[in-house]
Amino acid sequence: MSDALTMLRRNVRHTQRNPTTLVMTIALPVFLLLVFVGVFGGALNAGFGPPGGDYIDYLVPGILLMTVGYGAGQTAIAVNRDVTTGIISRFRTMAISRAAVLTGHVVGSTIRTLISAVLVVGAAMLFGFRPDADPARWLGTIGLMTLVTLALTWLAVAVGLSARTPEAVGPFIFVVQLLPFLSSAFVPPDSMSAAIRWFATHEPFTPIIDTLRGLLLGTPVEHGGIVAIAWSVGLALAGYLWARALFRRDPAA
Amino acid sequence: MASAPSRPAIEVTGLRKSFGGTVVLDGIDLAVAEGTTFSLLGPNGAGKTTAVRILSTLIRFDGGQARVAGHDLATEADAVRRNIGVTGQFSAVDDLLTGEENLILMADLHRLGRVEGRRRAADLLDRFDLTGAARKLASTYSGGMRRRLDLAMTLVGEPRVIFLDEPTTGLDPRSRQTMWETIRGLVAGGVTIFLTTQYLDEADELADRIAVLDGGKVVAAGTAEELKRGLPGGHVRLRFADAARLQAAAQALDDTTRDDEALTLQVPSDGGVPALRLLLDRLERADIEVAELSVHTPDLDDVFFALTGRGTTTTEAVR
Repeated sequence: MSDALTMLRRNVRHTQRNPTTLVMTIALPVFLLLVFVGVFGGALNAGFGPPGGDYIDYLVPGILLMTVGYGAGQTAIAVNRDVTTGIISRFRTMAISRAAVLTGHVVGSTIRTLISAVLVVGAAMLFGFRPDADPARWLGTIGLMTLVTLALTWLAVAVGLSARTPEAVGPFIFVVQLLPFLSSAFVPPDSMSAAIRWFATHEPFTPIIDTLRGLLLGTPVEHGGIVAIAWSVGLALAGYLWARALFRRDPAA
Repeated sequence: MASAPSRPAIEVTGLRKSFGGTVVLDGIDLAVAEGTTFSLLGPNGAGKTTAVRILSTLIRFDGGQARVAGHDLATEADAVRRNIGVTGQFSAVDDLLTGEENLILMADLHRLGRVEGRRRAADLLDRFDLTGAARKLASTYSGGMRRRLDLAMTLVGEPRVIFLDEPTTGLDPRSRQTMWETIRGLVAGGVTIFLTTQYLDEADELADRIAVLDGGKVVAAGTAEELKRGLPGGHVRLRFADAARLQAAAQALDDTTRDDEALTLQVPSDGGVPALRLLLDRLERADIEVAELSVHTPDLDDVFFALTGRGTTTTEAVR
């Protein structure tokens, strides 16, 4: 436990030293928010404006998930840097808790991402986002966000461990940042072409975004909430088991 | 040099390791006495780094037995880890932390406590001439500074056995000297050093005992002197004033290698005084005048090439 805390301190210090990481995980989602609200928002509102409110209210949950995705990408890079610079090998030859370095990354990254998410919500409110959630729904939002962040972060840790070079992390970042576009993040899947609609309704981000939207806007969540939690728990477990298997294996380099 | 037998810090018998189908360590035996420097010498790909990675608990091994600092490597890995320090070929420092923070990170992981951790970090920064750069990020350090910080981090836990995998590869001559001084200082303080290197002068300079690793096997082991002794490569070189004298000498002596252009003759010899006297007596009896004589004792380079460069026949002969 104390080793994990030491590793968490190391992680927090990394963020302090390299504030670009934090700035980017906030700046990019906020930029997307501006582009979609300011540039496409008018047209989207006029066209098939989502029922009951402004486009920004529809948009924010998807932007939040993108924030989580950016954060996960940074984590994959950070873990991979630890592997390729050999510092993980140093930790492995010390009499410390083996998983501490990974725990430090996961907890540090989760805290960082949730802080980013709060700031993104704050920025969205400045631009006119009006959530309509009671405390229970806010709690649900925080809970689901934490769960999703844990899921993507564990996946990111596994990807970072498996990649031989920092460049090899790229595909993961690409997928995590692409999936929201092929989901209900920006427009309802109903408006998409058949194949993409099928993909968008079945990929994990859509139920998660829909659930966040329901929680934040005070609309019914329905059975989508179960699906969202199932996906999050499943991905978290898969990421955790994959990372653990990779970490138990003898290091290659 | 303290090569007197004492409690072994590292004891390895029949250590084997394969990657996929490739045998990297083919049953090696090693013994390193406490408080001495042991050098594992070998060409690239000989298995040196694999040996270090196994002995420092980083990777598993397939067969054989190994004890490090009195603990079984297979069953007491954590006890081994409490007693060792490892500095690899590439500096494993945290680039996003300062030199001081890197050392305090190690101190925290060794649970030294805040005050003791800071004290030890300050000591090590001073000892490795890094005090001026203590508050700078490690990413700004030069190669030599990184290597010093790396070793300083290894020393935070006061390990009894230190593995140094090619600690001076890529360092400039001055940093190399500094590293050698540091290693000598550690050994003087009772620490056992397990050093791998490709540099023969480094092994010659530092090691009490040397093992030459080639193709996953220990092909020779002993002190530098033992390895050099009785090795092909020791010879006396005679130079003559003209071809006639060279010809005469070649006839009077056995087993020579002659060079007609340089007017020289190489005679195998251990370079000892009795052998030299005998050689000169024979030349005098044959009435051959020698213009110049030089004695070449084998250095570790000769040992190395004889053992690893010329196939197994030489290897067997030396064993």
